[in-house]
Formats: sequence, structure tokens, C-alpha cells
Amino acid sequence: MADKVPLLLSLAVAIFALGLLGVVVRRNVLVMLMCMELMLNGVNLSLVTFAHQTGTAVGAVLVFLIFVVAAAEIAIAIPIVLLLVRSKRTLDLDAYTDLKG
Amino acid sequence: MNHLLTLIVLLPLAGFLLNGLAGPRLGKRFVTAVGCGLPILAFLATVQCVLTLNAAGDPLVERVYTWARIGESTFDVAFYFDRLTAVMTLIVTGVGSLIHVYSVGYMKEDKGYARYFAYLNLFLFFMLLLVLGRSLLVLFVGWEGVGLASYLLIGFWFEDAEKARAGKKAFIVNRIGDAGFLVGMFVLYSTLGTLDMDRINAAFMASPMPAVSASLVGILLFIGATGKSAQIPLYVWLPDAMAGPTPVSALIHAATMVTAGVYMIARLSGIYVHAPEASQVIAVVGVLTAFFAATIAIAQTDIKRVLAYSTISQLGFMFVALGVGAYGVAIFHLYTHAFFKACLFLGSGSVIHALSGEQDIRKMGGLARKIPVTFVTFAVATAAIAGLPPLAGYFSKDEILWFAFASERGGSPLLWGLAAGTALLTAFYMFRLLWLTFFGRSRMTPEVEHHIHESPFSMTSVLVVLAVFSAIGGFFSIPHFLEPLLPMPEAKHELHHLETPLVVVSVVLALLGLAAAAFFFGRDAERANRLRPRFAGLQKLLYDKYYIDELYDRLITRPLYWISDRVFLRIGDRALLDGTLNGLAGLAQRTAGALGRVQTGNLHLYALFVLLGSLACLLLVWRHV
Amino acid sequence: MSEPALLNVVLYLPVAGILLLLAVPREQESLMRWLSFAVMVVQLVFTVMLYSRFDSADPGLQFETRLPWIRDWGVYYHIGLDGMNVLLVMLTAFLGPLVVAGSFSAITKDVKLFYAMVFLIQFAMLGTFVAQDLFVFYLFWETMLIPMFLIIGIWGGERRIYATLKFVLYTAFGSILMLAAVIYLVYSLYTSTGVTSFAFTDLYKTELPLRVQTVLLAAFALSFAIKVPMVPLHTWLPDAHVEAPTAGSVILAGVLLKMGTYGFMKLGFPLFPDATQFFAPTIMTLAVVSIVYGACLALVQTDIKKIIAYSSISHLGYVMLGLISLDLLGIQGAVIQMVSHGLTAAGLFLMVGMIYERCHTRELAAYGGLAKLLPVYSVFFMILTLASVGLPTTSGFTGEFLVLLGAFRSAWAQYQQGIGYPLAVSVTAVTGVVLGALYMLWFAQRFLFGTDKAPHQPLKDLDFRERAILATIVAAVFALGLFPDSALQKTELAAKQYQQLVATERAKMGRSVQRVATESTTRSAP
Repeated sequence: MADKVPLLLSLAVAIFALGLLGVVVRRNVLVMLMCMELMLNGVNLSLVTFAHQTGTAVGAVLVFLIFVVAAAEIAIAIPIVLLLVRSKRTLDLDAYTDLKG
Repeated sequence: MNHLLTLIVLLPLAGFLLNGLAGPRLGKRFVTAVGCGLPILAFLATVQCVLTLNAAGDPLVERVYTWARIGESTFDVAFYFDRLTAVMTLIVTGVGSLIHVYSVGYMKEDKGYARYFAYLNLFLFFMLLLVLGRSLLVLFVGWEGVGLASYLLIGFWFEDAEKARAGKKAFIVNRIGDAGFLVGMFVLYSTLGTLDMDRINAAFMASPMPAVSASLVGILLFIGATGKSAQIPLYVWLPDAMAGPTPVSALIHAATMVTAGVYMIARLSGIYVHAPEASQVIAVVGVLTAFFAATIAIAQTDIKRVLAYSTISQLGFMFVALGVGAYGVAIFHLYTHAFFKACLFLGSGSVIHALSGEQDIRKMGGLARKIPVTFVTFAVATAAIAGLPPLAGYFSKDEILWFAFASERGGSPLLWGLAAGTALLTAFYMFRLLWLTFFGRSRMTPEVEHHIHESPFSMTSVLVVLAVFSAIGGFFSIPHFLEPLLPMPEAKHELHHLETPLVVVSVVLALLGLAAAAFFFGRDAERANRLRPRFAGLQKLLYDKYYIDELYDRLITRPLYWISDRVFLRIGDRALLDGTLNGLAGLAQRTAGALGRVQTGNLHLYALFVLLGSLACLLLVWRHV
Repeated sequence: MSEPALLNVVLYLPVAGILLLLAVPREQESLMRWLSFAVMVVQLVFTVMLYSRFDSADPGLQFETRLPWIRDWGVYYHIGLDGMNVLLVMLTAFLGPLVVAGSFSAITKDVKLFYAMVFLIQFAMLGTFVAQDLFVFYLFWETMLIPMFLIIGIWGGERRIYATLKFVLYTAFGSILMLAAVIYLVYSLYTSTGVTSFAFTDLYKTELPLRVQTVLLAAFALSFAIKVPMVPLHTWLPDAHVEAPTAGSVILAGVLLKMGTYGFMKLGFPLFPDATQFFAPTIMTLAVVSIVYGACLALVQTDIKKIIAYSSISHLGYVMLGLISLDLLGIQGAVIQMVSHGLTAAGLFLMVGMIYERCHTRELAAYGGLAKLLPVYSVFFMILTLASVGLPTTSGFTGEFLVLLGAFRSAWAQYQQGIGYPLAVSVTAVTGVVLGALYMLWFAQRFLFGTDKAPHQPLKDLDFRERAILATIVAAVFALGLFPDSALQKTELAAKQYQQLVATERAKMGRSVQRVATESTTRSAP
């Protein structure tokens, strides 16, 4: 499976890049959150690949940590988004400019 | 005996404090007793000191206390009493006491009675500090102090803005002179390390002489004298000073304060003997002032103004004497002038008092019979100032004229000529004053005429005393008395024979002046009135004092205000300095505003920045890896 | 009480005052006022004890406390009295009760906070004067800003926010630069001697090249010159004075401005002697410019507080002239002038406050003939005006005369060596006496004489409290004017030390600098 490493890494980068692009470009708040998850998963994939490459378990352990933290983070983020949406009544991120100036 | 000099100085100070703090509450009698009594006591103490001096031979010195010790320098407050001081102190306390007594009657109705006597005593205190001080520092304290007293007394009726302004003018013009005086003092101290006048004189008389130009010091000190003694160019305060009560004019602006400059130069004769250039300047300024003021006096119509310009003119005479090295003679004239000028001023005060406040001589006339004592004393004093023998003024003026002509130290025919011309004018305008005030038909308003009354005894007695001294005072030869201290200059050998002829000329001039005045102003100024239209222009020029005050205003006062306001305040402070500051602050605010526009509140933009930033960091790290 | 403890008590008494104030309930304003007054009086009493126990013959520090604080940086809590600060400490303590008493009727809101601020600033000012360690000095220096900011900002006039911000930002700017200089100075001491210390006595021994000295002097001088204030860094003063409440103005003019001159005397000049010598002509020029410019500007003001503000600039020009003359007469004169100005300016501002409480305007045009309406007030006003003008027998004369004499003597000596510029400058400075008389008497004229007019008549003349305050100040003015010797003896040794420090060449690389003769060639009098 060693020869698959470059492919896997490229895939990881691709997923990360797509997620990053999505965060920067997309206006829908929920979609942005999903893209952030994509980024996280891209990183996860690369971690697993490296873990396999070096033969240590460090990467895999880290992946589990990231799962948990990501889950917690989403658990907080979605309600915050919900509250924000409730006041502004739109999912368009560009409407949230209260921190201007 | 040890502290008598200090006592002389402190007595009037006590008077000031008592009358100033408690006077209004303790009533007129108390104020009078303290206000007049203490100066009289001071006079008696002075007499005692003179006797002691006579017996001792050496000058009396009293050290009171040390004002400051800094490093090697010590500044003591000490008093010094020699023959010159004796003459001055006797005049100050003697004439001073007389004028205090006169004031009792003159200021009786004034509600500021206590304040008046407090200020007058304060003046006396400072004047005594001035003449008794051993060092220039103590003299300067007195010098400034009399300026203060003068300011307070000229502006005594301060509710009148004009009068208050006159006081301010006096103080400030004096200060200009004082600036020169200070620099002169500084030069002396920097080179000699002392301000004690006896030591300064000794240093200049010793050989080798100090390494400083005596003339430089002489001129600087003289600048101070021009301020205090009203010479060109700083005389402009004196005529305005007539706004104060008349006894003040008599005391301060005739007999004592204005003579301070003369005293100072005589005291420091050690310097001036070695300063021919400075002495020349003094003589020239003196004679020009004398002549100039005399010309103005002939056209004045306020009785006190005539006397004011006359004072300036007579002071000029004193400076002429100083300038040609005849220091003792200058003091002699100071002494005689104190008597007749005080008599004249107090006499004019008596006239004003009699006429319920009228000061314009065009509205007087025919007073000779109505106020005889005032008239006689005034006439005697007038004759004295004109230089008619054997009155006091004749002796002193004559000596001045002689030395102006013949002194080895700067006497010249030109100097004499101008001085003699001034003497002629003096006689002329003084007798004009006498005629217009006391002779002819009355030109007074009926109201005023109705209330004419001779002044009370407190005033007339003083007039009589002063008139007597104006008459016989000349017989005591001050120059001779001061000879050991202030030697007379040598007269040019080839001119000795002209001494007597010159005396005759002086007398003739005086008589000429008298005659001319009688001619033009007798019979109700008939001839003068006829000639007036022809000389209207000249008369206006003289009456308006050659527009010197206006000139000073244009050249100095207004530009000063203009520069201070337009240049310094508006351009300098507001536009430049504050503008820069506010501009910097504004710049900071605008920059902050501009930079703040990055904070759009748009999360996408922030995310983009984060991305770009991290890319940049990565690149940076990449290059160095 | 033991010697060092006494000084600490004096220093921390204001802090105790704050704590006591905190305990007073909000409504009891009268208690607050009298409590503050009492604390200040106690402080004054202790300070008088300090002053009388001060030994004129001892050249070192007295009442010294030196405790290690931040050992690694060489910072010690080091305070003490020497000839330079003893008079200023006395002045500060003297003005304390007067400030509190003077604001009894003027401050009516947030009384507790106000007096707390007054105490805080008193603490900061005293600390600055008695600090002997640069760290401690800087700490107290900065502390003084906050209470002043609040005093002007809360209890001030209409444009108080502008004025107080200007004051604080201006001063703070200078302080930042000074901080950088301080750090560099300590660092260079460390690199040259291996010793890390903030103590003044150690820092006096640094040897820096002229270039470095110049830069550091500029940094220190900027901060101090803003405080003095010297032209052209003076524009904060008129605004601050006009907008500040009376007590604020009295503190500002009475003591705060002296901190600038004290800074020059204690730190600026002695730390960098070669740069000082090199720039002496410049500093001298600026001093005289302050004298003349300040006076000219005072002449054309319409607000009575601004007149006195500009006169302060003029008076402190004399102090700077005296300090830079490096002549013992000039230095001693400068010290006396500092105290004298503190007294007269404080007095005049108190008087302005008194008339403002009655008539609620500071426009000169609204007043006239006060000599008739308020005779007692006018007497005090006249006395203080004349003291300000430098009339002999007042402290103003002592200061001005000695400064001018010293500056002239020093300039004369240089003239003998061929340098004419200081002489020209000294003579120009003498014209200051004329200008001073001009604006002050013009002010008195408009204010006291002529036809009487004033808003809100009939006016009450001074009551007992006001008379007592002014009488105390006048007494001090005359005491210093007639008997300055006792004060001069206390400062003499310190003045000599200052002279010594600034006269020694300490630049490395031996670049020679034009020496200023410190004692003129004098003929010994017979």
C-alpha cells in the first residue's frame, strides 16, 4: 500500500482545498460549516496516511481526537448559527457585518 | 547710636503699616499723628546723625542683616552715612515732613485719608532706603519701591481711569530705565564682585583701574537715571503724573524721587570721573532736556503741567552739572530746587484748593489780593527758580552755568549757551505763570470766585517755611560742604576772568525773562493774546509737547501689541503650534479611520485574509527551509 | 520619629488620606472637606519638621530610605531629601492645605473623588521630588498624569475634554521617549561597568560619547520641556489652565510645572553634561524666548486665566535661564524663582477662582474698578501682581534678580573669552522685567481701576477662609523676598553639586566641548 501514499495525500489535499475554497466562496452559513468539516476530514485523511507510512499509531490517535473535537465544535456551532439566523432571518453570511469598523 | 540709621528707615515703614492696616478704623487724628509724627521723628534722628557724623569724621556704617549668601558672594543690607547722604537725608525727611503736614489740610475731605498717608509713608521708607543704602542692591530696592509708591499715589483716585493709567505709565517707563540700570549693576558686579558703592568708587579710583569700560557702566546707569529723573527719552511719565494729588507732585515729582538719578550719579562719581564719554552724554542729554522741556512749558495752560515741565528742565540742569564733573554743584541745585519747587507745587495746590479744583491758568487771575500768603510765597519761589539774587536758585544755577562754560571736564560755550537760553526761558515761563495766575482781572467763573479762601494754617505754614528756605537756602554752600567728598572740577585757566561777567549775564537773563513776561502777560495778557494768532502753529506744537507721546505710541506701543497679537498669538501660537498639534491629532484620527476600513465585518473577507496570511507565512518558511 | 520614617510618613500621608476618605459616607461632604484639610495640615506639619531638621551642611542624602525592590534590574525603592528637592517638597506640602481649602465652595459634585484625586496627585508629586532611583522617579512621574486628567476632565470648564486630552497626550508622548532613553541609559551603564542600577548616583557616573548624550538629552529634554513648559511646546498650558477648576490650576501652576524644571536640574543636565554644554546657547535662547514670547502673549489675552497662564511661561523662562547659566547665583536664583512662582501663581489662580465663584466669568472685559467693589480682594491682588512682576522685597525679585545676575555674570565671563552670544541673550532677558510690568499692570488696570463693573453685584468681599489662604501666601512671598538666606543655605550644597556635575567632561572619545566658566573673574574687594 506504500505506493498509494502519494495518491492518498493528493486526495487529502484535494479534499482540503475544496473545503477551503468552499469556506471562502460560499455564502450560505451552513454550507460553510460543511466545508469546514471537509477541511477537517482532508486533514484526517492525510494523518491516517502518514500514520500508515511511518507505521506508528500517533496519526491514528490524533484522528480520533479530531473526530471528537470536530463533533463538539459542530455541536456548538450549529446552535450559534441558529441563534444568529433567528435575529437576521437569513443564511447569507454577508449580512453579518455587525463587527464592522 | 548704633542703629540710628536703621531707625530712620524703619520709622516711616511703621507709619505705613500702622496707617495701612489700622488707619481707617482708628480715625483721622490717629492717622495724622502717626503719618506726620513718624517722618518728623525721622528728621530729628537724621539731625542727630549729622551731628554724629560731624564729630566722627568718618562715614557711619550700619550693617543690618545678610540678605543672601551664595558661594563666595554675600549680599548685605547695610546703611552708609556720609556728607552726601546727610544732605539727601535731610532733604528727604525735612521737606518730606513738611509736605506730610501740608497734606493734612489738603487731603482733609478725602475719604482715602488713611490710605494716602500710608502710601506717603511707604514712599518715604523706600526713598530713605535709596539714599541710605550702602550697596546698589539696597539702592535698587528703594529705587523700585519709590516707583511703586509713585504708581499708587499717582493713581490714588483710581476710579478715574485716566489717572490710574498715568500711574501705570510712570511705572512702566521707569522700568525701561531700570532695565538699563540692572545691566549696569550686573556689569559692575561681574567685574568687581561687589555692589557696595563706596567700594566701587574706591576700585575705580585705585590704580590699576578695573578692566571694564567706565563709560559703559556710566551710560547704563545713566539710562536708569533718565527713567527715574525724567530726562530724554524717558521723561514722558512726569507730566502725566500730575494726575495725583498735588502734595504728591511736590514730594515725589519735585523734591525727592526724581532726584534719585542725580543722587545716584553723584554717589558713583568715582566711576564718572573716569568716564569722559559717559559724562559728555550726560551733559548733552541734560542740556537738551532742559531746553526742550522749557520750550514746552511756555505754552502749557495747566498750572501743574507748567511746573512739571519746569521740573524736567531743572533736572536737566542738574545733569549738566554732573556731566561736567561738578557733582557737588548738582546736589546744590537739587537742594535749592527741593525748596522752591516744593513751594511752587504746594502753592499751586493752595491755589487749586482755593479755586475748588480749577487748574487752568486761563481761568485764573487777580488772586494776589485774595490769597496773599499763597501769592507771596509763590512769588518768592518763582523769583528763586528764575535765578534772581540773592535767592537760593541764583546761587545754584549760577554755579552750574559757570561750570557748564568753564569746566575742564567738558565745559563749552555751546553747553553754556543752551543752558543760559534755558535759564532765560525759565524766568520767562515762570513769571508768565505768576502773572496769569495772580495778576490782572479775574477770569474765574463767579461760582469759583465766590468760594475763594486762603488755605488753612497747616498748608500756609509749610508754604512760608519753604519760601523762607528758597530765599536764604543758597547761603549755605553745599558744594563747599561736599568738597572733601566730591571735589569741584578745575575751571579752564584761560577762562577764569570771565567768571564775574558770566554772573552778570545770568542776572541779566533772569531780569530779561521777568521783563518779557511782564510785557506780554501783564495787563491780562493783552499783548500775548494779540500775538497769539500769528504763532498759532508753533504754539500748538509746544502745547502738544512736540507729539512725542503720540510718536512713542506709534513707534513702540502699537507695534508691540500688533506683533504680540497678530504674529505671536494668531500666527505663532494658534496657527503654527496649535495647528501642528491639532493637525497631528487629526492625522492620527484619519489614519485610524482609513485603516479601520479593513474591518468590514464581512467574515468572508476575514477568512480570505487568514488564508492569504497563512500562505505568505508558508512561503516564507519554505524559502528558508 | 526616626529620620527616614518621617519622610515616608510625609510621602504616604496622602494615601492614608484616600483610604480615610473612602470610609466617609457619600452625603457627608462637609466631613470630607475638613478631613482632607486636616490630613493636608498634618502633612504640612510633618514637612515643616523635615525642613527644620534638614542639615544645610550635609552634602549627601538625608532622611534616606533604600530598600531593594526588583533586584535583578537593580531597582531600589530609594527616596531621600537633598538640597534640590527640600524646597520643592516644602512648597508642595505648603500648597496642599491651600488647594483643599480653596476648593471648599468651588467643588460641589463628586466631592469624594475630587479630594481623592488631589491626594493622589500630591502623592505623585512628592514621590517624583524625593525619588532617588530612576525607576521610582519614572513611576511617580507617570502616576501624576491620571489624577490630573480626571481633575480637569470631570470638574473642568466647557472645553475640558479637549484640554485634558491635549495635556495628557502631549505629556505622555514626551514620557514615552524618556522611557526609551532611560532604558538605553541603564543599558549603557551595564555594558560599560557591568552594574545594573537605576540609582541616580550611579547614573551620574556614565560616560557616553557626545552623539549619544545628545540623543538622550533630547529625549529627556523633550519630556521635561513639555512640562516646564518651554516655547514652542507650551500650547497645552493655556488650555489646561482655562478649563481646569481652580484647585487644578493651583496644583498645575504651583507644583506640576516645577517638576519639569526639577527634572532638568536633577536628571536632564547632570546626566548629560557634555551635551548640555554643547547645547547651552540653544537652551539659553529658548529660555529667553519663553520669557519674551510668554510676556508678549500675556499682553493680548482676554481671559484672565490665560493671562496668568502665559505669565507662568514667562516666569519659568527665568528658571531655565538660571539653570543653564551654570553660575551659582543663577542656579540659586532659579531655585528661588521656582518656589516664588509656585507661590504667586498659586495665589493668583486662587484669586481668579474667588472672583469666578462670585461673577461666573473669566472675561477681562466684564470687570472693572474692583478696587472699589472689593477693596480687600484688590489689596491682595495688587501684592501678588507686584510679586509676580518682581518688585523688590518680594520673592519674585529675589528669583529674577539672582537669575539675571548669574546669567549675566556667566555671559560676561564668556564674553571675556571672545564668545558674545550669551551676553546678547542675557541682556535681552533683562527686557523681560519691562514686559512683565507691562502686562501685569495692564491687567491690574483693567481689573481693579476705572469705572466699576462686574456681573452679579453686589459682591461680597473676601471671607475669613479666603483671607487666611491669601495671607499665608503673601506672608511666604515676603519672607522669601526679605529673608531668602535661610532657604538659600539649604539648597547651596546641592546647587554646587549640580554645577559640578554639569561642568565635568564625561564624554568618551574626548571630543572637546566649549567650556562655560562657572565663576567669573572677580576682583577681590578691599
